[in-house]
Amino acid sequence: MTPTELRAAFIADLTAVAPDLDPAAIGDNDNLQEDLGLDSMDFLNLVSALHKRFGLPIPEADYPRLATTALAVSYLDQALGE
Amino acid sequence: MSIFTMPSLGADMEEGKLVQWLVKSGDRVSKGDIVAVVETQKGAIEIEIFEAGVIGALLAEPGQTLPVGAPLARLGAADDAEIVAAQVAAEVAEPAAPAPVPKPPAEPVVPAAGIPFPAATAGGTVLASPAARASAAERGIALEAVVGSGPGGAILLSDVERHVPAPLPPVAELAPEVRPKGKPGLDMTEMRRAIAAAMSRSKREIPHYYLSHDIDLQTAQDWLTAINATRTPDRRLLMGALLIGAVVRALVKVPELNGRFEAEPFAASASIHCGLAVAMRGGGLIAPAILEAQSKDPDEIMAAMRDLVARTRSGRLRNSEITHGTITISSLGENGVDALIGVIYPPQVALVGFGAPRVRPMVHDGTIQPRLAVTVSLAADHRVSDGRRGALFLAEIDRLLQEPAIP
Repeated sequence: MTPTELRAAFIADLTAVAPDLDPAAIGDNDNLQEDLGLDSMDFLNLVSALHKRFGLPIPEADYPRLATTALAVSYLDQALGE
Repeated sequence: MSIFTMPSLGADMEEGKLVQWLVKSGDRVSKGDIVAVVETQKGAIEIEIFEAGVIGALLAEPGQTLPVGAPLARLGAADDAEIVAAQVAAEVAEPAAPAPVPKPPAEPVVPAAGIPFPAATAGGTVLASPAARASAAERGIALEAVVGSGPGGAILLSDVERHVPAPLPPVAELAPEVRPKGKPGLDMTEMRRAIAAAMSRSKREIPHYYLSHDIDLQTAQDWLTAINATRTPDRRLLMGALLIGAVVRALVKVPELNGRFEAEPFAASASIHCGLAVAMRGGGLIAPAILEAQSKDPDEIMAAMRDLVARTRSGRLRNSEITHGTITISSLGENGVDALIGVIYPPQVALVGFGAPRVRPMVHDGTIQPRLAVTVSLAADHRVSDGRRGALFLAEIDRLLQEPAIP
């Protein structure tokens, strides 16, 4: 997957968890919890969706690497490449 | 035979809009089946039926806004079904004819003397035929204002039709232009009004007392980290599930904090229906309950929490979840401030508030260490419990959180 495809997949899972978010209005550097208002339950649902889509374990220790869309895309890119 | 009516989904609810029927005439239903969806200021709520039987005639149409208590459908025992249908057909075909009147209640009713007299009341409710009730509800006519001509002063459909009150615009028609846009099925103005009504009532009627306590959560956090490291994301636990579990188990020790104060004297509830104040994205909050939480382990509480939060946000709660709560927990989540001192959700008698867990300097093993900690507070009804019991309750929550375990 290219970074563009990864980003599209991430945004799809994010907006499924928080349907009121406008995909076009999500900035790459918006913090999911502080800027977009996800709570711990939303975030866990997002991680679960990404786990299901990509088959990655995504341990809790890696959660900070999913704090923004930009960070998440590079994290997924790297994890899938390993 | 009985009448299934628009349920009250809280003391502050006056009316609801029937959105959808999930049953049709002739369907057999069991207690607890979801039969309809009603839109209220708390969003769309799935309505459960509290009696088994066969659905007779549906007396309300989707799209109608009806007051609490207005008939929605007839519910018969299996054998009644055909009689019910026939009665309804007769009323619909011949609206001018006197409508069939339900059997008078057990207590004797003053016999009719052939002249109109004010509406009789039985058991506190106006005696009226179901069709008359439906018609009155639909037109927004208070049955108390109608003069009945039926047996015992019962109000018949024809009485309602004769009664011409000053025309008021139906709420349903006003709604689209007047009400501000919000989440579909959720009216923010109405929700604010509902919160205002419940909280004003609470502060007016309930003599609150408050306690708070700082709890070292590091042990629970370490346990959680170890458990979650062995699990895929869909099976991981959140700290919230441990906090709820500890509250529920602590109630076993101080049961008088759990219940609904609806009649004197207060009686504690054996079941713990633990309400969770769920913030709506975009504003407002709803406190649906995890039913029978006392029998759930942390995994089951986590699953129930996930389900409840998802359905609260998508607007598909069940009426039992929003009307049966026996205690409420309000939590600020991880990005909030240190403490939350709450307002009791009447007719409950206690509210537990959790601030945001945060790493703080705590004394642990005789030295000051950075530890994850949370402030828990209790707002409780002084008519029912005293500070000493409340303190025991918070101390028990603390103790339980020092020994996290999955049984």
